Parts: sequence; structure tokens; C-alpha cells
Amino acid sequence: MNDRLFKLLRAMACACLITASAAAFAAAPAKSSVHVEHAWIRWLPANLPAAGYAKIVNDGDSTVRLTGASSPDYGEVMLHQSRLAEGDSTMVMVAHLDILAHGSVSLAPGGYHLMLSHAKQPVKPGDTVPVTLHFADGASVQVGFKVMPANATGPG
Amino acid sequence: MSALRYRPRWLLPACVAVLLAACASQPKWQLDDVQGHLPDLKFQMTNDLGQPVTAANYRGKVVLLYFGYTHCPDVCPLTLVHLHTVLQKMGKQANDVQVLFVTVDPARDTVPVLHQYVTAFDPRIVGLTGTQNEIAQLTKRYRAFYQREPSKTPTADYLVTHSSAIYIFDREGHARLLATPGSTNDEILHDLKILVGQSS
Repeated sequence: MNDRLFKLLRAMACACLITASAAAFAAAPAKSSVHVEHAWIRWLPANLPAAGYAKIVNDGDSTVRLTGASSPDYGEVMLHQSRLAEGDSTMVMVAHLDILAHGSVSLAPGGYHLMLSHAKQPVKPGDTVPVTLHFADGASVQVGFKVMPANATGPG
Repeated sequence: MSALRYRPRWLLPACVAVLLAACASQPKWQLDDVQGHLPDLKFQMTNDLGQPVTAANYRGKVVLLYFGYTHCPDVCPLTLVHLHTVLQKMGKQANDVQVLFVTVDPARDTVPVLHQYVTAFDPRIVGLTGTQNEIAQLTKRYRAFYQREPSKTPTADYLVTHSSAIYIFDREGHARLLATPGSTNDEILHDLKILVGQSS
């Protein structure tokens, strides 16, 4: 085993990372300047935790900070980040996610995502799950996440 | 451009000859070539139908070995979707390929859960589980890493950090290539077609 290969193997260790939902600061609550596109959930069988993906677009003139999410259909929704390749570090705590003014952030496979677990009722492909995104300024945005089959590559 | 004019006349043919020799002796892999660096495929485990299996059950097929766990909603599905897509694109040649998903979380990944999980991606994917010892032996053999992380939620759910490499073995069970979740479908497809085309 050469050093390069060993390093490669180590570097490829991946981890999903739990975030604490701590609002670092609170500004004046206002109508959210955020809209959400391509929201979908990758369905998994056996009531396993599922991942939610979306593109979060900030149409406003200042940065917004995503601090968490919730859904009436799931007991727990957390913001996670998967870390892949490049370097040995596998764990990073992500308490929030900033979306710059007139910018966007994608929750996408292999990166940031919502982890939805403990479904309160059976969720299946074809359903739409309501998810509320919570922001540090007190604003929240409700989005319908389209439930797609396990082997989907996107919201279709 | 004057530098070009003074380039030795033998240089171009020499380069071509070297390249041709390299092509003839070895296929141009798009994934990482690990031939000679990792041991042959060997294990004794239980498949997702509850049957005992060993590496011998898959001799004659090109095997893709991947470690993961079913409570992994992001990276494992991403990888399994890649492999599903590759199998689709291979058409009939996919009959000569076997994807093995080895759980590193046998406590939660019972045989039925494992079966539902892998078949949700592709019915051709086989899930493998075993005792902690069997799984530890296999991961150690390929220097794969896994570690249960402390629970950070009120529901006592936990995550498992794990190597995300895909180990690829030829029909004789020799370790040949290493892919990652970052490898493109086309790269995996390209190399699998070469391996499948090699003697059985």
C-alpha cells in the first residue's frame, strides 16, 4: 500500500454532520426575502431517515441565515452536511447556513441537506411534505417538498 | 515559434512510440488503479436474503464493494444511485457485474431492512451483513474506516462515519480499481466495460 492510496482512503471517509439549531442573532422579523426551488425528498423504505434537498434563493439586499427546519410529518428535521474527499477531516459542526444577498445555496446530494427522521405517518413517493425553514431574523418559509423514489436523481 | 523549428526530429516519433507502448500494455483507466496494492476479495457474510455467502459466490463477475449503512440518507444513496445508473447504462453487460453493499451498522441494519434499502435503488444490488467481527475483518482487509459517532439527538439516533470508496475487483477477485462518490458515472462505466471485457 503506497502512501498516496492510504491517504486517499482516509480522505474519503465521510460523515453526515449534525448541526445544533442555535440562532446566533436575531434581527427585526420581516417578510422573508427567501424563495425556494426544486425542493424534494429522497424517499427511503423501512421508515429510514430521508434527505431533503432544495435551492434556497435570497432575493433580498442582506444576508439571511438558515437556522433550522421543521415538518409536521416528521418528528425530527435537522440541517446536515456530508463531507467528502479532500483532507482527513470528517466532522464539522454546522449551526447555520448563510445565504448572501441576491445569492443562493443548494442543499444537494453529497453536501448540505435536511435529514428528516421519525415520520409520523407513512411517507411515500408522490407525496408532498410540508417543511418550514426557519431563519435567524425570525422569518420562516413553508415549502412543499416533493417525495421522489430512492433512486431518483432530482425532483423530476 | 522559432523554438519549434529546432526541436529534434526524433522527438515526436519517440513520444508516439512511448505512448503506444503504454497503451498496449495497460488500459487507460479513468479511476484509480490499485492493482497489487489491495488483497483479493475474500469474505464470509450473510446476504440480504439471510443466506450465508462468501467471495466465491461472486467469482466470475466484476465486483463493486461499497461500505455504508441504511440510516445514511445522503452519501450512500448518492453512491447507490450512481451505481444503479451505471448498471442501467451497461445493458446486458450488467449481468457480469455485482454491486455489494456492506453494512457497517449491523445493529440497526437487519436483513429485512437491508433488503428493502438496497432493492429500492436497484434490485440487482446485494446487501451484505455479518457479525461485528466479520465486518471488522472485511473493512480492515481493505483499510476502510468506520466509526459510530456519539448520538447528538434526543431520539438517540446516531451516525456512522465511514469510508466512501468503491472497491472494484475483476472476475478473478483481484482488486483493480478504486472509485469515489465523486467519480462520474461515465468514468465508472468506462472502466467497468474494460474489466468486464477481460477474460473470465
